Amino acid sequence: MLERVLTKNWEKTNSHKIETYMAGGGYEALRQVLTGGFTPEQVIEEVKKSNLRGRGGAGFPTGVKWSFVPKDPSKPKYMVVNADESEPGTFKDRYILERDPHMLIEGLIIGSYAIGAKTCFIYVRGEYYHPAQVVEAALAEAYRQGFLGNNLLGSGYSLEVFLIRGAGAYICGEETALLESLEGKKGWPRLKPPFPAVVGLYKCPTVINNVETLANIPHIIRRGGQWYAGLGPPKNGGTRLFALSGHVNRPGVYELPLGITLREMIYDHAGGIRDGKVIKAVIPGGSSAPVLTAAEIDVKMDHESVAAIGSMLGSGAVIIMDETTCMVKALARITKFYAHESCGQCTPCREGTGWMLKILRRILQGEGHADDPDHLLAIQGNIQGMTICPLGDAAALPVQSFVTKFRQEFDYHCVHKRCDIESACAVPA
Amino acid sequence: MLSETTRAKILELIQKYPHKRTALIPVLYVVQAELGHISEPAMTAVGELFGLSPAEVKEVVTFYTMFYRAPVGKHVLQVCTNISCMLCRAEEILDYLKTKLGIAVGETTPDGKFTLLEVECMGACEAAPAMQDNYDYHFHMTKEKIDRLLEILR
Repeated sequence: MLERVLTKNWEKTNSHKIETYMAGGGYEALRQVLTGGFTPEQVIEEVKKSNLRGRGGAGFPTGVKWSFVPKDPSKPKYMVVNADESEPGTFKDRYILERDPHMLIEGLIIGSYAIGAKTCFIYVRGEYYHPAQVVEAALAEAYRQGFLGNNLLGSGYSLEVFLIRGAGAYICGEETALLESLEGKKGWPRLKPPFPAVVGLYKCPTVINNVETLANIPHIIRRGGQWYAGLGPPKNGGTRLFALSGHVNRPGVYELPLGITLREMIYDHAGGIRDGKVIKAVIPGGSSAPVLTAAEIDVKMDHESVAAIGSMLGSGAVIIMDETTCMVKALARITKFYAHESCGQCTPCREGTGWMLKILRRILQGEGHADDPDHLLAIQGNIQGMTICPLGDAAALPVQSFVTKFRQEFDYHCVHKRCDIESACAVPA
Repeated sequence: MLSETTRAKILELIQKYPHKRTALIPVLYVVQAELGHISEPAMTAVGELFGLSPAEVKEVVTFYTMFYRAPVGKHVLQVCTNISCMLCRAEEILDYLKTKLGIAVGETTPDGKFTLLEVECMGACEAAPAMQDNYDYHFHMTKEKIDRLLEILR
């Protein structure tokens, strides 16, 4: 049985309180770093050794990201926690914020120390009002214990943390849009380079890390990067929080080793498909990840294996669809989301998402043209790679994969002007 | 237009962060909490406090879905219909609320109690279909649960 690392406190009473966290060894890693002579470079080395990769979606090695921050002391540096969790299907960070905020806080302090930041922002999606309040209370506890503020544990290192709530915009989960939002602007992504590690918040070096990513840090420090790396397959250190939703018996957050198969995840952990139905398709990494067919669920859930079959591990959000699902309708709903959330900055994404939605709606309404599936493929092809930020790709990849892998369903809709699945599919409003 | 307490809160927020403008979104929340929505005159008032033009403030207000530019009901009912909720029949929840409240999405009941919104993924997919009443989450919604919820909120 796999050891639980990130979820070990979740069932404890008052798991969100600092006493509970400290009783389980919490803040020991911070003490070790600040009073045990750990240099920032040593912290970064340990994290590199752990093979920890970002849990937000892109999967970039965390230690490497930290090492990009220039050592030049002339500008302030910032640590930003991305708690804007908005990728459809994703809800794991909410559990950390609500149930174990101190694991995040300890991680962000160590991370801030490693990159030389004296100020940290936690950007929480606006809808997570109650989770944000839990974090605020936890921050106050950490200040009282001397884990935040001036001269932490007598080390001479100081850190201030601010929590800012977003206000309803998926795009602000994209790191440069998030920075714009933190600067009090609309969330329009920035062109990269320059990367935030060099020119980020207020034009200063900035690291943006996901909630789950940072929650791993205390464990890596206490037990060593090598131990952490050993929990997963090569290049994929640690366990991972997978968020399962859709047509399974037991949807929820599961802490599982990277490299477990989708099949094991769905049948051994989430109780299999609801109502004894047959599985039809799975989105393995949040709504922007290309869909997999039932024949592909023996894939190992690590970054490389999922990429090898043309999809991505993304945010670890697994959406399961059974045989009653109309793939045209499912794609229309996903596309509606991207059309709504496109920030409007880049023409291919702004216009293309709207066109794709229009076509998908007319197919659903029984007014599809025989060549509409090809139109969809052509439009998504003109979005991919043509935009400043990955939202364009996120909107294009579902269209490409749904239409390609379930082509017969799209064709059936266009030719017969109705769905071939028993459950009639209405148009999403 | 803004009360003294609200102005004081705003001035405190403006000093709180390393850069003044970081306070803009927190300040807009404070304004909305007092006025219920953010009107054009309110945008102008906020702009003056930040040294921003009304247009610069409006650009932010209109970008984020959680800022309301017109009055909303006491309870803003937000139904998620994104993929995971859709797979669990969120449309039936939304339709039931429409019928029950006698309003369409985006409308407010004549008594000012309820506004109905269809929203994007709210990060509660394990509890689909999910909805929010203002900031409160409601999980695994059914028609019976809606009946009970409306009863309590009325």
